[in-house]
Amino acid sequence: MSDASPILRGRVAAVLGANIDTDLIYPGRYLNITDREKTAEHLFELAWPEIRSRLRPGDFIVAGPNFGCGSSREQAAAALKYAGCGAVIAASFARIFYRNAINLGLPAVVSPSAAAQCGEGDELEIDLSAGEIHNLSRNITIAAAPLDPRAIELVRSGGLIPWLKAKYAAPAAG
Amino acid sequence: MSMTLAEKILARASGRSRVAPDEIVVADVDLAMSHENADLVRKAFLEIGAPRVWDPEKIVIIFDHRIPAESEKTAATHKAVREFVRQQGIRHFYDVGRGGICHQVLADNGHVKPGMVVVGTDSHTTTHGAFGAFATGIGATEMAGVWVEGRLWFKVPSTIRIEVEGEFAPWVSAKDLILWIIGKLGAAGADYRAVEFDGSAVRRMSVASRMVLCNLSMEMGAKVAFTPVAEIGPDPEAEYERTLHIHLGYDIPEPQIACPHSVDNVKPLSALGEVKVHQAVLGSCTNGRLEDLEIAARILAGRRVHPDTRLIVIPASQRICLEAMRLGYLETLIEAGAIVNPPGCGPCVGVHQGILAAGEVCVSSTNRNFIGRMGSKDSFVYLASPAVVAASAVAGRIIHPEAVMAKENAHV
Repeated sequence: MSDASPILRGRVAAVLGANIDTDLIYPGRYLNITDREKTAEHLFELAWPEIRSRLRPGDFIVAGPNFGCGSSREQAAAALKYAGCGAVIAASFARIFYRNAINLGLPAVVSPSAAAQCGEGDELEIDLSAGEIHNLSRNITIAAAPLDPRAIELVRSGGLIPWLKAKYAAPAAG
Repeated sequence: MSMTLAEKILARASGRSRVAPDEIVVADVDLAMSHENADLVRKAFLEIGAPRVWDPEKIVIIFDHRIPAESEKTAATHKAVREFVRQQGIRHFYDVGRGGICHQVLADNGHVKPGMVVVGTDSHTTTHGAFGAFATGIGATEMAGVWVEGRLWFKVPSTIRIEVEGEFAPWVSAKDLILWIIGKLGAAGADYRAVEFDGSAVRRMSVASRMVLCNLSMEMGAKVAFTPVAEIGPDPEAEYERTLHIHLGYDIPEPQIACPHSVDNVKPLSALGEVKVHQAVLGSCTNGRLEDLEIAARILAGRRVHPDTRLIVIPASQRICLEAMRLGYLETLIEAGAIVNPPGCGPCVGVHQGILAAGEVCVSSTNRNFIGRMGSKDSFVYLASPAVVAASAVAGRIIHPEAVMAKENAHV
């Protein structure tokens, strides 16, 4: 927990377009599933169910602008996390999805050019605090926005619940 | 230093004299609303381990997405939330038959006041800007944090000001106006931003129509949206990221339609071509209010729903349902061949009460037309005003209400 520069390494499982909405990520019909682990079963179910079977732990999803637009459903971020996704990299994020992802401990990385500079299967290394993505397969560095230190803290804690748990469940330590 | 309305409310709620865009503030929450996903919030809250919610008077829970329970799974969820509400002493709980769509129930019961900070675990929480509140959607885990701490961090948004003048053309309404704006700005056109609507046309609008503007601002990414209230407003010299000027008669002379599969895929009705519809839906937090039912009843009076089309009507709340019944709107709609669903979200979220089969086309007064939103991934949803929905139900195809009203009877 003391590493100053968290580095993620993984493979690109899919490169998606603009305005990937939360119904595409996680259909509304499954909103009554409240076990976070089980949400993974329905990731991208309507349009791209094959992505889920392709995802290996730590893999990345890369997308265009406005990823996660639409509903506030947290299951969209949960499904990605529990299907094994190590981070979502997008040109921009819809605001509620972005907060949900960080609150669940799923890094959401803003990079305007990643979708154009990554292909499926590429090996990436992401430096969250420096805001750099190294595409090892293509030997290029892709610019990204550094993740806010508060967000990095939440991601490293495993999300908002463990972070608050440490604050409230234990007796106040001053 | 002059402030926009969003800045003013966040300054007050975070105990500062002024705030500026992109600053991070921690604001006290005045109202925290959840629907069925209160069960997710409840689970996260229990995981955190705090014994009591911060203030049971400031939490409102309203079942609307799946009412009455459509499955045993939902029934268990409802039951768990009811028990939690009792244990925590949360008085503002609207169970099946007592409320309706969360956003309408908050309005019906006067929960939202000007200047409040309102968070809801529903993206369309922006609706409450129609009452002068800084109201925005958040996720369930974040809401659990609010239930524990009663506050939340916000990045102060910059503001887009939209001034609307002129008169609506016949059969054109607030829904057409906001669809037109979303078509111009795009699905991410107001991402992370506040939107202030003003101008003589907005000031003449009913509360219901103002709620439509604030509600659908979410579909261009807005964090919050406002229409003017008497109690609080932006400073005259406030700074805006940009200002749009719209003249209703000139810019929006006819109804607007959001075509599949995105809300910003907007076309004027005359550019649509022939679109036959299997289903027409009138309802939702966007357009299930009394004025929406009234205009539909006016169009359907003495007419029949087309034999190849079904019309589903969902009043937004119990109160609206009762009022529409007293005024005879429901009778008119039922006589015309509509089915009336219980107040709630209905088929809008793709769960029940009007799901579409593959290949089916629906014209709907709701708020989203994403792939699979209302059922099959191979179905098609066109978003339109209540008047266009009602007229299209009669014609069996998407049509201008004027064309239906020009004829006496069923088949246009």
